[in-house]
Amino acid sequence: MSFQSIWDIFINNWEVYLRGAYFALIIAVIGTIFGTLIGFFIGLMHTIPQRKKTVKTYILKVFNVLLTTYVEIFRGTPMMVQAMVVFYGLVSLDIEINRFLAACIVISLNTGAYMAEFVRGGIVSIDKGQFEAAQAIGMNHFKTMVHIVIPQVARNILPATGNQLVMNIKDSSVLSVISVVELFFTTNSIAGSTYRYFEAFFIACVLYFIMTFTVTRFLLLFEKKLDGPDSYKVELITGNKPKKEGV
Amino acid sequence: MSVVIDIKHLNKKFGDHEVLKDVNFQVNKGEVVTLIGSSGSGKSTLLRCINLLETPTAGEIIYNGENILDDKHDIEKYRTHLGMVFQQFNLFNNLNVLANCTVGQQKVLKRDKVAAEETAMKFLQLVGMAQYKNAKPRHLSGGQKQRVAIARALSMNPDVMLFDEPTSALDPEMVGEVLKVMRTLASEGNTMLIVTHEMEFAREVSDRIVFMDKGVIVEEGHPDVVLLNPQHERTKEFLKRTLK
Repeated sequence: MSFQSIWDIFINNWEVYLRGAYFALIIAVIGTIFGTLIGFFIGLMHTIPQRKKTVKTYILKVFNVLLTTYVEIFRGTPMMVQAMVVFYGLVSLDIEINRFLAACIVISLNTGAYMAEFVRGGIVSIDKGQFEAAQAIGMNHFKTMVHIVIPQVARNILPATGNQLVMNIKDSSVLSVISVVELFFTTNSIAGSTYRYFEAFFIACVLYFIMTFTVTRFLLLFEKKLDGPDSYKVELITGNKPKKEGV
Repeated sequence: MSVVIDIKHLNKKFGDHEVLKDVNFQVNKGEVVTLIGSSGSGKSTLLRCINLLETPTAGEIIYNGENILDDKHDIEKYRTHLGMVFQQFNLFNNLNVLANCTVGQQKVLKRDKVAAEETAMKFLQLVGMAQYKNAKPRHLSGGQKQRVAIARALSMNPDVMLFDEPTSALDPEMVGEVLKVMRTLASEGNTMLIVTHEMEFAREVSDRIVFMDKGVIVEEGHPDVVLLNPQHERTKEFLKRTLK
């Protein structure tokens, strides 16, 4: 075991490593994007006001129970097991599914289950006053959500979304159980063919860390950019002298 | 004078608690009406019932001859005719000052961007906030926020402006700037319904003052009559406590 032997293994297998890292990242990004969309969908369904008792609200209630069931099941079982159940379940139903696609579906559903609660919390945490103000200028629930609430929720849950992306980069490794060619899977095969388990997995470790660290920094920058500058430009409007405040 | 809003036998219960008891009350076009009374008297609830932020338990609200409590009535459309100013300002935090004033015009009234911005700037100038059009709400002081909130409500060109204790959440030195804007609006002939604790201001701008206590209208009339020569014992007591 030496630095040289680690380096040798990397140099000899760098293409396979990068391919694995690339797929780990792609699966994580796809999972986070679709998972966040699923999360928003569920969060929005759960916060539709139900004032009147009509057939519609009854259907909505049943639908929401189904969504809650999904959330509970996916939060309450390991992703590794979910991957096996989904993939081999589909196989046993004679449905042919690409392993990569199956991995993306499992990680998206898993992320969605976690994001749903973040989104619901984000919506609930927007102060009631802004909902009332939107109603008072004639917005219905849908417009209020689209123009006022969702933009704020999206910003507020960004740290949680970033966290989820980091988790997904790491957790994509468990998807190797359905033989998706991501970083853990490729590392395992390199280790198997070279009998250098420590070196092979040390390299994987470094690659995982580079990916998560970069993503974290990038997200922090993105957050700062979204918030805009702390100062703002005061427009000088001709013919409108800034009024003196107070009476 | 034509009646804009006519309230008949309005009742509002929160659970078993009856907040409004058989309230009958009218607002005429161009009139400035102020609701006064101690906290818990139901004046804010009455205001919130008028634009249906609270659903009345019973009664009628007639707007331009139509009962808006009918099931079929388009509540969203009705609300565009009422401008609401809240105690806590309630600006949209994700939008800058200008967008706060245009979002309703564009998304609800379907005005185009140019027209919406023109209208918004007109009212932002009126409230003295035009130069802050690019600022986000978090950059503004309470008084500035409230002035933007007033401009936002005016930008919808409402028939009636409703003010729910617009100065109660402000630091004392910022109360003046908001009252000044409201004085201007009153002098321009806007129909206004105001809930306030600013008695001096109420006396100055109101055409009519309504005193409420325990969910009923006890007394209403010209400011000088209600404030200087109240007829009812409860009004006298309230004024003794507030005007010192």
